[in-house]
Amino acid sequence: MSEPVFTADSIPMLALGYRFQWEPAQNCNVLLYPEGMVKLNGAAGEILKRISEKKQSVADLISELKVAFDGADLDDDVYRFLEEAYNNDWIRPE
Amino acid sequence: MTGSDQNKAPGSIGSSIGNVRDQIRQPLWLLAELTYSCPLQCPYCSNPMDFANVKKELTTEEWLEVFRQARAMGATQLGLSGGEPLTRPDLVELVTEARKMGFYTNLITSGVGMDASKVAELKEAGLDHIQVSFQASSEDLNNLIAGTNAFQHKIEMAKAVKANGYPMVLCFVTHRQNIEQMDEILDLAISLEADYVELATTQYYGWAMHNRDQLLPLKEQLVEAEAIAHRYQEEQKGNMKIYYVVPDYYEERPKACMNGWGNVFLTVTPDGTALPCHAARELPGMTLPNVKDMSINEIWNGSDDFNRFRGFDWMTEPCRSCDEKENDFGGCRCQAFMLTGDPTNTDPVCSKSPKHHLIEDALERGRLEADKPTIDQKPLVFRNPKNSKLISGL
Repeated sequence: MSEPVFTADSIPMLALGYRFQWEPAQNCNVLLYPEGMVKLNGAAGEILKRISEKKQSVADLISELKVAFDGADLDDDVYRFLEEAYNNDWIRPE
Repeated sequence: MTGSDQNKAPGSIGSSIGNVRDQIRQPLWLLAELTYSCPLQCPYCSNPMDFANVKKELTTEEWLEVFRQARAMGATQLGLSGGEPLTRPDLVELVTEARKMGFYTNLITSGVGMDASKVAELKEAGLDHIQVSFQASSEDLNNLIAGTNAFQHKIEMAKAVKANGYPMVLCFVTHRQNIEQMDEILDLAISLEADYVELATTQYYGWAMHNRDQLLPLKEQLVEAEAIAHRYQEEQKGNMKIYYVVPDYYEERPKACMNGWGNVFLTVTPDGTALPCHAARELPGMTLPNVKDMSINEIWNGSDDFNRFRGFDWMTEPCRSCDEKENDFGGCRCQAFMLTGDPTNTDPVCSKSPKHHLIEDALERGRLEADKPTIDQKPLVFRNPKNSKLISGL
């Protein structure tokens, strides 16, 4: 397994040319990029929404999510998602 | 015609929205061919041969109405193409409004007619993405293929695009005359710090079909180009993304054209004709609905044209009973028509097609042409209004 790209201090940002938005016709959040679109599931949407709206560290992002989701233990899931999103070229660390 | 979207495998547009295949039959991709005006004369253009016949373009308000309706039906990607879209004086207004509607706006341009302040103005308007097309890597060949002196300007514009904070997406449309420059093409892309490079392959529609004998790459050229492209892909990993498309004439299975007819893709031509793909105007028996007469909803869901090749019932053998038909929908209807005379036939690219020899014959004719001494070779016919009128008898 390679070194993780994101740590508690890193600030995840949407990759250049990517845009997050709610799509009424799809009834879900999506990521738009040059000539393409990805439909996001609920959890991915919640994380990427926050990344697109505010510059903050992964630690702060996780705290915010915990507040929104009744203190759920979601650290590992968030880190796993961030690495996956990075490998898909959706996000990058600042 | 300057954009790669009309010259790369049309299926690749659909497949980039492949993650939403479960949501069938929404016009997710709207390609707005704003105009047939173009300062270039590329002989591989996929615009119709008789483009000079189109005099009246949709007005600003008519385009905005098309955008609104398509957006309400779920369209997210808007391609602004042509011709050269920069020749439309209302381009900035169209971008501004489309962006407000929530479109991801893609400008597909040759860069000719652009300057640094125009790039900044488009950025301000909210344009999401600019794709600059190149005809070749060297100045001489680029200018020859484009029929103008555009190369230095394109380089400047590519830099201006990057300077304005856009990802730099370069597109090279390859064919026999430039494919041997594959390493120069990629070196140029590296020197321009491109983020994405699309090595598109000429698709043989419109003008490209007319010039096919002179444009089809030879097998050995292809093998060499592919090896070079793959080497650069490895070397540039994490740096520059290189998309390499194999010409379908060298494939054993056809492309899943448009990701299925009337499935995700809607083209509106300069005069308002709505098409399931940009080449479909050439098919016999089309009703060619116009956005000035019908709503996008009526056209998309109700028109004969858009329903014509949906599903599998229209298919003939060997497609009808083929277990791969859901992968490629029998290939391209326009190619099937152009090569076999019947748009319901299997795309002859497929090795299962009884007419597959037509593809082999075309490659053979290309080779014979390439083997002639230069002086005896057929000249390329450039895409311009004069040739359009001449060839179409207008």
